[in-house]
Amino acid sequence: MSRKRAAVRASDIAPELARLNRRRVLTGGLSLGALTLLTGCDLSTHSGIDAALSMMLEFDDQVQAALFNPNRLAETYPASAITRPFRFNAYYPDWQVRIVPAQWRLEVSGLVADNAPWSLENLAALPQESQITRHICIEGWSQIGKWSGVPLHVFLRRIGADLRARYVAFKCFDGYSTSLDMASALHPQTILAIDFEDGPLSPEWGAPVRLRIPTKLGFKSAKNLQAIEVTNTYPGGFWEDQGYNWFSGS
Amino acid sequence: MDPRRNYLAHPLPVRIMHWIGAVAVICMILSGLQIYNASPLLPFTFPGWMTLGGWLGGGIAWHLSAMWVLFADGLAYLAYGFLSGHFRRDILPPQPKVILRDLNDALQFRLAHQLGAYNGVQRLLYVGVIIVICLAVTTGLSIWKPVQLRWLTDLFGGYPVARTIHLAMMALIVGFLIIHLALVTLFPRTLVSMLVPVRSEPDNASQGGPR
Repeated sequence: MSRKRAAVRASDIAPELARLNRRRVLTGGLSLGALTLLTGCDLSTHSGIDAALSMMLEFDDQVQAALFNPNRLAETYPASAITRPFRFNAYYPDWQVRIVPAQWRLEVSGLVADNAPWSLENLAALPQESQITRHICIEGWSQIGKWSGVPLHVFLRRIGADLRARYVAFKCFDGYSTSLDMASALHPQTILAIDFEDGPLSPEWGAPVRLRIPTKLGFKSAKNLQAIEVTNTYPGGFWEDQGYNWFSGS
Repeated sequence: MDPRRNYLAHPLPVRIMHWIGAVAVICMILSGLQIYNASPLLPFTFPGWMTLGGWLGGGIAWHLSAMWVLFADGLAYLAYGFLSGHFRRDILPPQPKVILRDLNDALQFRLAHQLGAYNGVQRLLYVGVIIVICLAVTTGLSIWKPVQLRWLTDLFGGYPVARTIHLAMMALIVGFLIIHLALVTLFPRTLVSMLVPVRSEPDNASQGGPR
């Protein structure tokens, strides 16, 4: 690796961080002292409120799935609206961006007919779509960017995925992961992006292939993809496991 | 005049919906400040003790939970307000000159306050905060679902503008709460009348109302 890197990489401690953060959701969920007193909850367990919040988030997921219209498109913008410079965002700072591993292939697994791995050249040979859409972060900020690549529905059909499966899961070589409901995965604007603006993705923007899904919040658009799995088992994700609302549709 | 209506300063449904709404609005504000802190629109963040949720994910969990309480409570209140005549009788603001007169009296601490009869200033504040909460909820929906409810997001001028309006509505609600709580402190019996059945004071005709 030519890039200078820290003694401890975020990916090395990601599972540990995730575990700690998950606990933080639970404790942090109740940090407002006054309210905790009002509810009379035991600060050391407070499982009741957490259970209630989790139940409400599942209800939110169901409402969002019901609201989701597979034919409704996210707004697209003219090239003049593109935000420059685009804001870097990841669960680590930009000096920890990972370069693409040698011999990188996009792995495919789960409920698919053909699980042969894909090279970037093979992906580039599939039909391509370009979009200028708004990337809305769960933090509230938003930016307009341009991404091009293979529509995920084209890719899923090409690999013979079971389109009745519930989830499509994404694993990344930077330690990140996320997952989509099948309906959102098949949305025409959900793409496996290989270009950002007018050139190939650079590592900081998710090289060599990233997910771009304008019908969900930004953290769902996973960068630096390594593997895609079609599954009926809830896959969760890096942030989802820590308490972010799973569906997070726009 | 409906005699039952004059019996209580606040009928039971209003008292119940008031307190459910109060808890929901406070949860929405505190968890909203948590979300705000993740990417502040203004050059400051709010201290931790003013926030709910502990971190962004927790704040969102609270926000996406309390919103259903506020939504259901708000719809029930709007339906009750229109159907029962509560809005027409109690909330509908009078002529601007009556509002100005009452406002002038209020600022000189001369405005009479009768349980069960809303003066011009109260009417203006209550109709104002009801509209502001409706705008807070609708702008909130528009930034939660800018694709699925795109017409609504477009109505508010697009995602970034809708987000700013959402924040501004929160600030107006906080402003209302400060005035509201100050007035309750000045007239503590109004707090009692929102908690337990208390006879209204029909002998003193409302100064501001059309009654």
